[in-house]
Amino acid sequence: MNRFAELLDRLAYEPGRNNKLRLITAYFREVGDPDRGYALAALTGALSFKHAKPGLIRDLIMERSDPVLFGYSYDYVGDLSETVALMWPKATLAGHNNPPPPTLTEVVTMLRTLGKTELPRQLARWLDELDETGRWALLKLVTGAMRIGISARLAKTAAAALGDKDPHEIELLWPGLSPPYTELFAWLEGRGEKPVNLDPAPFRPVMLAHAIEDADFAGLDAADYIAEWKWDGIRVQAVAGRDARGHLQARLYSRTGEDITKSFPDLTSSLHLPGAIDGELLVVRDGRVQSFNVLQQRLNRKVVSPKLTKDFPMHLRAYDLLADDDNDLRELPFAERRERLEAFVKKLDDPRVDLSPTITFDGWKQLAAARANPAGAGAGEDAEAVEGVMLKRRDAPYLPGRPKGQWWKWKRDPHVIDAVLMYAQRGHGKRSSYYSDYTFGVWTSGEAGDELVPVGKAYFGFTDEELIEIDRFVRRNTTEKFGPVRHVVHEPNQGLVLEVAFEGLQRSTRHKSGIAMRFPRVSRLRWDKPPREADRLEILEKMLKSETNKVLVSSSGG
Amino acid sequence: MTIEWSGAAKHRGQTAYIGRMRPQDLLSPVPAGLCCKGGNFHIDPVRPVERALITHGHSDHARAGHGAVLATQETLDIMRLRYGENFAGSTQAVRYGEEIRLGDVTVKFHPAGHVLGSAQIAVSCKDTCIVASGDYKDVRDPTCAPLEVVPCDVFITEATFGLPVFRHGHAADEVKKLLASVALFPERAHLVGAYSLGKAQRVIALLREEGYDAPIHLHGAMEKITHYYQSRGIALGELRPVRGTKKADLTGTITLAPPTATSDIWTRRFPDPVTAFASGWMRVRARARQRGVELPLVISDHADWDGLTATIAATGAGEVWVTHGQEDALVHWCQSRGLAARPLDLVGYGEEEESEPLGEGEQA
Repeated sequence: MNRFAELLDRLAYEPGRNNKLRLITAYFREVGDPDRGYALAALTGALSFKHAKPGLIRDLIMERSDPVLFGYSYDYVGDLSETVALMWPKATLAGHNNPPPPTLTEVVTMLRTLGKTELPRQLARWLDELDETGRWALLKLVTGAMRIGISARLAKTAAAALGDKDPHEIELLWPGLSPPYTELFAWLEGRGEKPVNLDPAPFRPVMLAHAIEDADFAGLDAADYIAEWKWDGIRVQAVAGRDARGHLQARLYSRTGEDITKSFPDLTSSLHLPGAIDGELLVVRDGRVQSFNVLQQRLNRKVVSPKLTKDFPMHLRAYDLLADDDNDLRELPFAERRERLEAFVKKLDDPRVDLSPTITFDGWKQLAAARANPAGAGAGEDAEAVEGVMLKRRDAPYLPGRPKGQWWKWKRDPHVIDAVLMYAQRGHGKRSSYYSDYTFGVWTSGEAGDELVPVGKAYFGFTDEELIEIDRFVRRNTTEKFGPVRHVVHEPNQGLVLEVAFEGLQRSTRHKSGIAMRFPRVSRLRWDKPPREADRLEILEKMLKSETNKVLVSSSGG
Repeated sequence: MTIEWSGAAKHRGQTAYIGRMRPQDLLSPVPAGLCCKGGNFHIDPVRPVERALITHGHSDHARAGHGAVLATQETLDIMRLRYGENFAGSTQAVRYGEEIRLGDVTVKFHPAGHVLGSAQIAVSCKDTCIVASGDYKDVRDPTCAPLEVVPCDVFITEATFGLPVFRHGHAADEVKKLLASVALFPERAHLVGAYSLGKAQRVIALLREEGYDAPIHLHGAMEKITHYYQSRGIALGELRPVRGTKKADLTGTITLAPPTATSDIWTRRFPDPVTAFASGWMRVRARARQRGVELPLVISDHADWDGLTATIAATGAGEVWVTHGQEDALVHWCQSRGLAARPLDLVGYGEEEESEPLGEGEQA
């Protein structure tokens, strides 16, 4: 457990993806079965046991410490698990007879079987035996609050690196595996056969598109492509298959292969035919697709209540078919798969699953017009949820990853405003010596005339050269420093204007301006523009109003 | 150097004591620092005074501009290195255990285990003894003399880590963590932020104890004091300046730098650096994250909570005055054990880092 804790501890501070991978792979190499398997399960969220409540942890420390000192400490540290881990009194057990600290395997297997009344005593025993970091990790694990910025995909990629395997291969096997994954590690280390995925509804690695640039069109023939709308929802794979007993199993996977079935129970009953659909998860109310803002309110909920499923009814808009019953269709050209898909969706005949329509076009000019005005080109009332068009080669097989020249995404132009750089903060990892996180603002009328109000934060979009230029500007134009944050000069005639591109706006109580941007990034540096000519808050409010109206109108029906 | 110290104090305090004197008549906090009227001196004054007794060389305790300074030889040397020859009107070196009479009082310096030359100062008058401990730690440090517990009536303790969440563990384990990281990322440079007096040399010495024998690189601001440590017979192995070293040659190396430098543009001369920070503050995650530290190393030159409470108990003091840090928690702990305790309102002490200058030309 201490070694696993050490890994979690290190991961919590490491910003770089590749370095995280190295740390996890090194752990898998160093630690044997079954501990590393349970670690993989913990990192991929595959462990399940009843979590301990914070109140239980608090009771344990109160029995063992001065409440006043606990109060001072908790105030200072600000995190219950960490406070308890740090101030847990050293166990006064008989010297040489101290039991060894528990292994991760012991902890995980015991947590599964432990009754509610036995938990406090067992937890206290473990806390006595572990060191500070071990206690911290244990408490994070048992309270189910292990937020360390690791995706399941990353953990699997790290495992794959153990045997120089493609992480896609693990994704394919994953649904058929269970902790502690001894056969998986045996295969990765070349000691055993490749495990067989007996999962009746396996995930298939997804095919992704390249962003198209203006120059790309010259080399492309419009006749080779089928165009569809690019929906502003969540890419999913909806799979159904029969298990050994002939029962139909339905699963919903994210584009990285995470099983998200539990979050969308209202959709699973619609997947009543064996097959694998590639499509977009959307909220549809009264036959109309809702904006991403609406969809977002349905996501990341711990509990999916009946009210939530009623107010935010999920819908699957299908655009590809990877398997039809037992037949793998991925080798077929897209045009053929599309025909199979149309037939499949028709046979499915379910109100929650429909076909993503294709766009009729003769040449790029016509498609550009459709992209600029989806409502007039067939998307109708759903146009709000269209974020561009997709181009798919008629003859393209379904290939995992992002193969060149097969699929293209052609997004609608983003919203753009000119904002003024107000504060800059140092980045992390490679960027820790650069001021690379920027808070920007727009003008609004204040008590003493016009003033800048922050409307967002951006930390990418610029080139490396531009980063160096902004960094230099920040250092030379700092008016005040607050820890890692610098106030950068932002006067009407002095300061830096950033052109900020973003995908949408939302009301926000967390921002002083009352507005939050989706996906903001620095698209251009406007050295040429004096700050006084930057945009005003009214422009954003106008944009927001038009978006909010749509949301309000549609939610009144649900 | 001078014999001013052994002369009688110019201004005698109210010393017509009847019976046992009150400790606050012997030492009391004034804006300039801890003042002893009977001996006409201040301990670690934050403003220029006529006569100063200095516990150790950190810049929040040892300042330039006093009339006369009494301190250990090492502390005087360190002050000279930092502030130049004329940092005080006159100086006098004192050995650990040497008794010096100043006016009505006698003073004695005892090892504090904090940094090279650090001392606790025992101030006695008649049958009352107060120990002003300065900063101290009660764990092993190969670069300085170990803390000596001095029995006293009143113990003046620091409280930098005066919360039970601060328990520092073994420094050797933290250094092992650093070496494991160097082994895992051989193509990167490891940059260890550490205060340039004491912490840096301790980390180097601990690395050597773990068998790390490659050259260790130093930020320019580290060089003078580190070389001074070596001149005092502390083995630190081969040290090289970062200055003038090619980026490629810093691959796989360990460099010690002042904490402020590790997030500075100075770091761009290193290949994909891993930023470590050796400090007791690293025990608390939020503190480490706030600084953008990737490899926090819990190595402290202050006593942790267990160290503070154990030392207080060991002195047998019936009264405890608590200065700089988390005073409230430590005062509460003392009181809950039946000791008279109060916070001392002394301003100007804290982390040395804030006032630590970087070497010239190193900012660029």
